[in-house]
Amino acid sequence: MAEIEIKNIAKSFGNYQALHNINLTIHDQEFMVLLGASGCGKSTLLRIIAGLETATSGEVWIGGRRIDHLSPKDRGIAMVFQNYAVFPHLTVFENIGFGLRMQKLPNAEVERRVHRTAELMHIEQLLKRYSGELSGGQRQRVAVARALAMEPDVILMDEPLSNLDALLRMEMRAELKGVLAESKTTAIYVTHDQVEAMSMADRISVMHQGRIAQNSSPVEVYRNPSEKFVAGFIGNPPMNFLPATEVSKGQWSVAGCQFSGPEAHSGAIDFAIRPEDLSPADTGIAAIAKVVEPLGAHLLVTCDVEGHLFRAVLDSDLALRAGDTIHLAPQQDRIRWFDQNTTQAICLS
Amino acid sequence: MADISQSRSSGRFVYMSGVVLLCAWVLVPLYFLLINTLSSPEAVNAFPKSFIPEFDLGSLTFFANFAGMLSALKNSIFVAAITMILSIVLGAPAGYALSRFEFRGKETFRFLILLTRAFPLPLLALPLAVMFIRTGIDDTIFGLALIHTTLALPFSVLITFSLFSGIPIELEEAAWTLGCTRLTAFTKVILPLVLPGITASAIFAFVISWNEVFAAAVLTIENRTLTAFLLQNLDTSPLHLKFAGGFILVVPALVFIFAVRKYLFAMWGIANR
Repeated sequence: MAEIEIKNIAKSFGNYQALHNINLTIHDQEFMVLLGASGCGKSTLLRIIAGLETATSGEVWIGGRRIDHLSPKDRGIAMVFQNYAVFPHLTVFENIGFGLRMQKLPNAEVERRVHRTAELMHIEQLLKRYSGELSGGQRQRVAVARALAMEPDVILMDEPLSNLDALLRMEMRAELKGVLAESKTTAIYVTHDQVEAMSMADRISVMHQGRIAQNSSPVEVYRNPSEKFVAGFIGNPPMNFLPATEVSKGQWSVAGCQFSGPEAHSGAIDFAIRPEDLSPADTGIAAIAKVVEPLGAHLLVTCDVEGHLFRAVLDSDLALRAGDTIHLAPQQDRIRWFDQNTTQAICLS
Repeated sequence: MADISQSRSSGRFVYMSGVVLLCAWVLVPLYFLLINTLSSPEAVNAFPKSFIPEFDLGSLTFFANFAGMLSALKNSIFVAAITMILSIVLGAPAGYALSRFEFRGKETFRFLILLTRAFPLPLLALPLAVMFIRTGIDDTIFGLALIHTTLALPFSVLITFSLFSGIPIELEEAAWTLGCTRLTAFTKVILPLVLPGITASAIFAFVISWNEVFAAAVLTIENRTLTAFLLQNLDTSPLHLKFAGGFILVVPALVFIFAVRKYLFAMWGIANR
C-alpha cells in the first residue's frame, strides 16, 4: 500500500510563494498527473515529495509513514527526470542496476531484475552500451527501467517525455501507461502537455499559480472545468467565452441569442462552450469567420462574435471562406457558465 | 562561381598562414634551443648558425654531473607534487561549492579568488620572506609549496568550478533517489566524470610550480628548486650552458603538457564528454 498524502504543503523562495497550502491525496496504484503551465509549482511539488526540495511547511506521508524529514534514498521512491539523467560513465546495465547495487543486493538478483526491466522496456539489446551511444528515446527507456528496477512504492516522473519528438512521445505515452499499470506502482507524473495528461491519468490535478485549481478525472476536468483558468488551459483549441446578460429569470442573452442558464446570480457571468460542441445552423450565434484552417479531419474556424474571439471546430466538408458569416448553434447540455469576478464555475442545479 | 571559389581559397590561405605563423611562434625558439643545446661551445658562439644540430652532448653531460643539480631536481619535483596535491585538495571542494550551492558572498568570493593573482609576487616577496623566517618555514620545500599553491589555487578553483558546473545536477539528484547519500553520489557519479578534468588541473598546478622562479629564488637558499638553482648558476655561465639549462627546464613542462593534452582539452570543455 502506497497512498500518498500531502498535507498543507507550502513553499516559498524568498518573497515568492511557489506553493500555497497544497492538500492532495493520491490513492494506492493511482496514476496522478500534475498538469500546469511552467512556473505553476508542479515540479516544485514533485521535488518536495522526492526530497530534493524542502517544503517551508506541511507534511508528506507515503503509505502511512511521514517522510518529509527523510533523505530521498529512504523514501521508497524512484524518479525519472526530464533530461533522463542517465549516468554517462556506466553501461546501460550498470545504470539500471545502480540502485540495486546501492542496496547491496546479490549479483544474481541484480542481474535478474535488470534483465526483467530491460525486457519490459525493450532495451535488452542495449545493455552493454553507454548513454552516449543511445538516442533520446532509448535514454528515456533506460531512465524508466532504472526507476522500475528499484521496485519502488512510488514512481515520480518530471516531464519525462517532453524532450522526445512528437511521434516517439505518442508511442512512449501508451507504453509507459501500460508498463506502470502492470507494475502496480503509485505514480505521480508532472507535465505541461494536456494531451499527455488526458491520455495517461487516472486523475488530473490542474495547478495554477501555486495551488490546485481542479482535481478530478480527465473527462470531468474537460467537461466540467471548475474555473475559467482550467477551461482555458485544457482543450486545444480552448473553451470559448462570451459575456451574458440576464433577460428574465434563468434566461440569458448571449450575442443576440437566448439561452437558459443559472436562475439567480449576482454579478456578471460568462457563457462558455467548447469549439467542438458547436455546429452550423440556421439560427444561433452569428459569427464572422476570420481564419479558416482545414486540419484534415476538421475545419478550425476562428471567428469574431461581437468583438470577442470565438473558435469552432466544424466538419471539414463545410464550404466556408474567411469573411463569411455563419450561425453556430451550441449543444445545449455542453454549455457552461462562469462568474466573471470569481472566475469560478456556476453550478446549475 | 569563380568568385566564390576564389574567396574560399583566399580564406583558406589566410587560415593556413595563421596556422603556420602560430606554429612557428612556438616551434622556432624551441628548435633553436634544441640546436644550441646539442652543439659544442664553439658552434653556439659561431655565426651564421647551422640549422642541423651536431649532437654534441657536452653541455648536457656537464649539467648531469653538476653538483647540486640532482638535489635541485628532486626539490622541484617535491615542491610541484605538494603544490599539485594541495591545490586539488583545497581547490576542488571550493569549485564544487561554487557550482552547487548558493551562499552569501559567492560573487565576492569568486572575485577575491582572481584578486590573489592581482598582486605581483615581487611586491609580496619581502613580507612573505619575513613571515616565513618568523614562522620558521623559510628555505623549506613545504614553505615554497605553500606559495606555489597560492599561485595555482585560483586556477584549480575556477577550473573545477567549471568542471562541476558542466555536470547536470540531475545526475546527482538521480543518484540520491537511487539510494546514494551526498558523499556516495559524489564518489560514484560525479568523481568518475570529473576525474579527467581534475587530473588536468592537477598537472596544470604542477607545471605552474615547476616553472615558478621568483618565489623560489627569494624564499630558498639551500633547498633551491631547479629553476632557482639554474637562475643562480646560469647567470655567470657561458652561453652554451645557458642554452642547455633552458632546455632542461623547458622539456619536462612540455612533456607534461603533451602527455595530458587530452585532459587539458576536456578541462576547457573542447572534447566531448
